[in-house]
Amino acid sequence: MAEVLVYVDHVDGAVRKPTLELLTLARRVGEPVALAVGNGAADTAAALAEHGAVKVLTHDASEYGEYLVVPKVDALQAAYEAVSPAAVLVPSSAEGKEIAARLALRIGSGVITDAIDLEAGDEGPVATQSVFAASFTTKSRVIKGTPVITVKPNSAAVEAAPAAGAVEALSVSFSEKATGTKITGRTARESTGRPELTEAAIVVSGGRGVNGAENFSVIEALADSLGAAVGASRAAVDAGWYPHTNQVGQTGKSVSPQLYIANGISGAIQHRAGMQTSKTIVAVNKDAEAPIFDLVDYGVVGDLFDVVPQLTEEIKTRKG
Amino acid sequence: MSLRIVVTVKYVPDATGDRHFADDLTVDRDDVDGLLSELDEYAVEQALQIAENADDAEVTVLTIGPEDAKDALRKALSMGADKAIHVEDDDLHGTDAIGTSLVLAKAIEKAGYDVVISGMASTDGTMGVVPALVAERLGVPQVTLLSEVSIEDGTVKGRRDGDAASEQLEASLPAVVSVTDQSGEARYPSFKGIMAAKKKPVESWDLSDLDIEAEEVGLEGAFTKVEAAAERPARTAGTIVKDEGEGGKQLAEFLASQKFI
Ligand SMILES: Cc1cc2nc3c(=O)[nH]c(=O)nc-3n(C[C@H](O)[C@H](O)[C@H](O)COP(=O)(O)OP(=O)(O)OC[C@H]3O[C@@H](n4cnc5c(N)ncnc54)[C@H](O)[C@@H]3O)c2cc1C
Ligand SMILES: Cc1cc2nc3c(=O)[nH]c(=O)nc-3n(C[C@H](O)[C@H](O)[C@H](O)COP(=O)(O)OP(=O)(O)OC[C@H]3O[C@@H](n4cnc5c(N)ncnc54)[C@H](O)[C@@H]3O)c2cc1C
Repeated sequence: MAEVLVYVDHVDGAVRKPTLELLTLARRVGEPVALAVGNGAADTAAALAEHGAVKVLTHDASEYGEYLVVPKVDALQAAYEAVSPAAVLVPSSAEGKEIAARLALRIGSGVITDAIDLEAGDEGPVATQSVFAASFTTKSRVIKGTPVITVKPNSAAVEAAPAAGAVEALSVSFSEKATGTKITGRTARESTGRPELTEAAIVVSGGRGVNGAENFSVIEALADSLGAAVGASRAAVDAGWYPHTNQVGQTGKSVSPQLYIANGISGAIQHRAGMQTSKTIVAVNKDAEAPIFDLVDYGVVGDLFDVVPQLTEEIKTRKG
Repeated sequence: MSLRIVVTVKYVPDATGDRHFADDLTVDRDDVDGLLSELDEYAVEQALQIAENADDAEVTVLTIGPEDAKDALRKALSMGADKAIHVEDDDLHGTDAIGTSLVLAKAIEKAGYDVVISGMASTDGTMGVVPALVAERLGVPQVTLLSEVSIEDGTVKGRRDGDAASEQLEASLPAVVSVTDQSGEARYPSFKGIMAAKKKPVESWDLSDLDIEAEEVGLEGAFTKVEAAAERPARTAGTIVKDEGEGGKQLAEFLASQKFI
């Protein structure tokens, strides 16, 4: 069976969920060979093997932490040359897309970004994309070279599928341009203890209707009662009420959880672009005419300061 | 010495219009008004600020697109850019990301540059890959997705806010930069700016000016192919209730019925 190269997104050896999803999709088109680079690369092997990686290529060097993107492209290219895969899959993070595109250019291939599904086809993998703010679904293929495809989080269920996961050290020689962009400082984000926005099964978001940073505690309380991540509209972020890293939408994160609860959000096209593929959508908004109600499975027309705390209480009661 | 800034700007169908595909599965540009991709306004803004802080700088805006794409260039010129380049050729119809980066890289080299500034993503394809591809082609550093940027003494510095961390980046010119919508509000063209834009030069180049063969771009040269496009079925109308004191409880009941509680 043909091999499929999967680029691993991990933090110090802890594999992030989108990569495990990618392994599930990879198994539909071939045998996954994973590439993990940087600090803790070898520590990823157990999780990757558990989810279907027949082989795990690893490489660590200080360059991955000191310079932007290009060292990772060099590593992926080295892995590509070592494996000659039928396809290359990369998680659709901002960095993942840049790495994938540069690899595609180097190896004379096309690139498809933000796939939400992947199937084997007669002429190679077929990617599904959700485009124009999720109003259209397309099926696309790379028709020249080896398909390089980036896949969005929550595109597949994580499935355990134990495989050999033999660890092999990859040899990588960095290109002359690898050290072009220096990372001179790094401030790690403080953990809130809540699930990662793009990976969460439930997302509770607040918009301009929340009307102040301090009021976001109402949104957080609901999120915590459900074990959910907290999102925000750009209006709330621009007003300084919530960090930009929590913004949902075209220029924020795109989420597709099982449940999305929009509170005090009107549903502008740019916000919809980031949440319209959520499985179940719920909104609380005091304006019955708000466009968000066109999307909902369940909507409450009302003041969020009445509805949301009551909902939170009721959830707590029911959960005991 | 003058700092040559090239800003790449894309002409896109209005996101608030009814966007759809044409029969050949490329974007239908006839039925929806086009405009300068809003996220490229941030690139123009940062270019203008960098130019204002330099001793001597020139801002050139560059687009690849059909005849109407001149509108996007005019908007950028009215914001304050000095001149514009329009790459227009029938053979470009249907060009994908790899092809777009080829044409941009050739045009940027022909124009001459010290720094290229792009938007974080277009508002139609939204791939967010073209700046990285252009950097790869030009063989210069990519300093992308910056929410803060400055250029001094031949060095570009900026801040990139990622998922796990916020990073400070630094590279020597020449370089390719892209900026996010967190980089600072874009200015509105003034009446004076709009009048002045009418007199600013717009050069038109075609593929032969860039030594690119027709087969390298367009649908023919594309590395990717859209095989099907379907409009997402309208969501079935949901239940909407008015809160009369029990809205939160009713919503909890719904969530329980869907097994979320
Ligand atoms: C290029 C570009 C990119 C963009 N990217 C994004 C993006 O990534 N994400 C994003 O969100 N936006 C984005 N936007 C902005 C977008 O167009 C909207 O401006 C934004 O989404 C509006 O946020 P909102 O719904 O919170 O605010 P509003 O549109 O002002 O809506 C507030 C809503 O709250 C309701 N409300 C007020 N008080 C209460 C109350 N007490 N109880 C209940 N309801 C109440 C109101 O009825 C109203 O519907 C982008 C815009 C552009 C041009
Ligand atoms: C819905 C949709 C999905 C697509 N999917 C794919 C795909 O999976 N693979 C693929 O190869 N192509 C795809 N394309 C085609 C691709 O979008 C175009 O080739 C495009 O020009 C490059 O990608 P982008 O618009 O996403 O730009 P991005 O990479 O999002 O653009 C970033 C920046 O690059 C600059 N830029 C981009 N295009 C131009 C231009 N024409 N002129 C000047 N500056 C520009 C701008 O500064 C822009 O802000 C898709 C197009 C559409 C409409």
